[in-house]
Formats: sequence, structure tokens, C-alpha cells
Amino acid sequence: MNIEQMISKQVKEVPPSGIRKFFDIVNEMGDAISLGVGEPDFDTPWHIREEGIYSLEKGKTIYSANAGLLELRQEICGYMKRRFGLEYSATKETLVTVGGSEGIDVALRTLIEPGDEVLIPEPCFVSYKPCTLFAGGTPIVIPTKEDNNFKLTAEELERYITPRTKILILPYPNNPTGAIMEREDLEKIADVLRDKDIVVISDEIYAELTYGKEHVSIANIEGMYDRTIILSGFSKAYAMTGWRLGYALGPEAVIQAMTKMHQFTIMCAPTTSQYAAIEAMKNGDEDVAMMRSAYDKRRRLMVDRFRGMGLSCFEPEGAFYVFPSIQKTGLSSETFCEELLKDQRVAVVPGTAFGGYGEGFIRCSYAYSVDELKEALKRIEAFVAKII
Amino acid sequence: MKNEILELLQENSKYTASDIATMLGLDIEAVKKDIEAMEKEQIICGYSALINWDKTDKKDIVTALIEVRVTPQRGEGFDRVAERIYKFKEVKAVYLMSGGFDFTVIIEGKTMKEVALFVGQKLAPLESVLSTATHFVLKKYKDYGVIFEESKKDERMIISP
Repeated sequence: MNIEQMISKQVKEVPPSGIRKFFDIVNEMGDAISLGVGEPDFDTPWHIREEGIYSLEKGKTIYSANAGLLELRQEICGYMKRRFGLEYSATKETLVTVGGSEGIDVALRTLIEPGDEVLIPEPCFVSYKPCTLFAGGTPIVIPTKEDNNFKLTAEELERYITPRTKILILPYPNNPTGAIMEREDLEKIADVLRDKDIVVISDEIYAELTYGKEHVSIANIEGMYDRTIILSGFSKAYAMTGWRLGYALGPEAVIQAMTKMHQFTIMCAPTTSQYAAIEAMKNGDEDVAMMRSAYDKRRRLMVDRFRGMGLSCFEPEGAFYVFPSIQKTGLSSETFCEELLKDQRVAVVPGTAFGGYGEGFIRCSYAYSVDELKEALKRIEAFVAKII
Repeated sequence: MKNEILELLQENSKYTASDIATMLGLDIEAVKKDIEAMEKEQIICGYSALINWDKTDKKDIVTALIEVRVTPQRGEGFDRVAERIYKFKEVKAVYLMSGGFDFTVIIEGKTMKEVALFVGQKLAPLESVLSTATHFVLKKYKDYGVIFEESKKDERMIISP
């Protein structure tokens, strides 16, 4: 038996992550300094970790309810109301997931039937397309452009809607561009969607990390609440990536169906993480504010330096990435990144790792200390100066 | 705005005015002016490095915390007494306290004996000092918000989505 032939076509045909490929190149280099990570440089705040430890000491090492600890769901709902003015039922409209990632997968598999089209604005996080394909759907990419501040526009959206369109993924604040969608941008999107049977999966994992402007969810826009699934989690806001904890909020029917999927595939999210997350929701606001303020300063530093190099750099208003254009160098994103790595031992991620429309850009994370950023920027500057 | 500048300088006094201006989105000249003004007003009282002497060959520095009970002086309260204490160069810090004693005095010396002699010969004999209790620091784990341990390695995957 050729075991490889036994792997389903659906899985085999999905290309491996572009991030993975670059990861291998960087790893071979060994001593490179990196601006490549997609996770906070902060440790999980101690009071949150301490609650996790305490729950272990107390022997709280058993399954929780499938949808998550009720207390955590209540805290999540309280938080959503307090922060974003959105009301959800803790018992009917809330599901605690294994990171935002499980939310993406479960939401898509819950909704997709073969042939359904899923609209995905690109550049974007790497999982939407593969998860759509795994679920048997057809991903349809909508390009977002630097000229539009990488926002999804109503015109572009309309152009890609067909009778088979079932889902729009709305990934804002955006990884890798740092773009956000403001209320008036969302109003226009809502105008397009309102009379159509299209569900919005709004990935708001970076909602706490916006700078100068408060995050607005599309669920806040009139007529959208009943057709929006919000996905979010603890990884980015509370520096809890390794805890693997997220949540999904939305209309009861969908959340209940997602809970069924989750029940049979996952059972429940890790209990220790859930206890820690309760503490994060209750007493984590100050930590979030502190981290947000630190990211904001680094963000300005990054934009300022990239512009100083003579590159066009869109000013990100969310997440912790800058996405400067390297078109002036005449190099492709991948070549730029590989040459930079060889020449200066700095790792940044080619924009193409986030979809074809990322060509001409690089993603630089600022989830690093100011000193590390300054050193990396100095080296990038030296490299760019050689070329342009 | 001034508070934000101060917070950055407290985090790292090596930040230049240009770094600070960029990070806060301010004009560099305005930042320079503010820093100079705050230096003059003694809001910024100095710039020093935070050193873990234990890691140097000068590791034999002894730090002691001394609880001091005093009689406040008429018309001067505690301030006059505090001044007589903080003027000694051996004294690194003096705090007025609530509770069972009046001053916390932090002293650094080369040896325990040197510190003990200072307390016995200079501090305790002061007219207003009623009693002293000396506690020697055995190990510093954290100072000024900084944890003294091997700097943490970045264990994150070098590239991640």
C-alpha cells in the first residue's frame, strides 16, 4: 500500500503555508535576528498565570462544559458589553474555543456546503483559505490595496459576490497589514450585505490592539448583528498565545451548531486556560492598556524609520505589524526577504506568505523590545540603502 | 505629554530625544525643551545605570535597611532630622514611614562592620534618634522593577503567522 495515496485529495491539494517555507530558510541561518513573529513579546501577566496555577493546585483538572465554563462565558459577555456595547447570551450565543484558530475552522465547517463561496480579503492571516478548502468550500480572494489603506471597499466586495457566495470573512484589525475598518467603512459594507444571504465571520482577535481609534465590530452596524459571527480570543490582547483560548459569539442557531461540532471534535477548551482567562477578563484591562501603549510607541518608531529609508509605509492602526512596500527596490517580496537575511541576518516575512496580493510588501512585527527593533531597523536600512 | 516622556526615560534613560519624539509622535525640539525644563525643575534628578553588583568583582557591597525611631523636632517636624541623616554619603535613601518606626534608611557599605560602625557612631548617637534596628540585605532579586536574573531568551518561533 502506498500510504501517501491514502491521504485525501482535499488535504493534499492545499499548499503548505508560505510562512513554513520561509521559516525553514531562516532556521538554517541560525543566528538571524527576527521581526517575524506573530505573537506578543510580553509574558502573560502574572496575576493571570497565577490563577491558572491556583486552579491546578485545587485539582481543577477535569473537562468543563462543552461550550466552556459558564463563569467564563458570562465574563466574556460582560466584557463584550462593556468594551464594545454588544450583548450576547452566555448560555446560548457563546462558545469558548481552542484559540481563535478553532473558531475559524468550526465556523467555516458549520456553514459551508460543497460549492459555497467564501470571500476572503487579502493580504490576510494564513488560515482562512486552507480551512475553507478543508471544509469543501471555494475561497474567493478579494484584493485590498495600499491606496485604500488595505480596507475592504464596498465596490470591491460587490464585484466578487455571486449567487453562490455564502460567507464574507472580515479580518480586521488585520494581520499582516495593520489596517482597521472604521464605522463608516463598515456601514458601506453593511449596505452591500443587508439584502443578501451572506454571513459575516468577523475575526476580531486584534480588537484590543488599535491605536488612536476604538475598534468597531460589524455586529455594531444596523442589521448586521443577526448575520455576524464574531471570533476573538485571549492570545493577542492578554499575551496568552500558548494557552490556546478563544471564543465565538453570534446568533444562537449558529453557535449551537458550532458547539455541536466542537463537542464531538474537541470536547472542551483546556480547563486551566479557562480559569486563567476568567482572571484576564475580570482584572486584565490595565495590562491590555499597558501593552497597547508599548506597541503604539514601537509602531511610530517603525513607520518613521521605514519612511526614512525612502520606502512607502502605510501607517497601521491596529495589530502589531507594519507592512511597508518594497516595490522601490525592484525585488520581489521573497527575494527581498532572502537577500536581507543573507546580507544582514534579519528575518522579516514576505507579504506573499499572506496571499498573492501581498507581493511587493514585507511584514515586520513590532512585538519586540525597542532596542531589538532599533538594531533590526538599522540593518534593514543598510540593506535598502545598497539597493535604492 | 511630560508624563509620557518621563515614563519612557524611566523605562530606559538611554532613549534619545529623537527616539522619544518619534515614539510619542511629538516634535523633537519640543521634547528636548521639555526634558531640559524638567531637569532644571529637578523633576528629572539624574540618570544612572541599574547595576547588579553581585555579578562584578565589586560584589562585596553590603546594603542594609535600618528602621529608625526619632523624636520630631519642634517647628521642624521630621524634616530636620531627616536632613541630618540623608546628608551622610553612606545613606542611599531615606523614607518617612507610617507604622511602628519613623524612617527607613538604606545604607551601603563595603562590609557589615563598616555599616554597623556607621550606625553605631553616626546614626544612633544623633540627638533625636531614639532607636535603630539594622537589617542586612542578603540577596537582591528585583530592584526598581527589574528582575535580577539571566536575561530571558526569546523562545518564540522565529517566524510565525
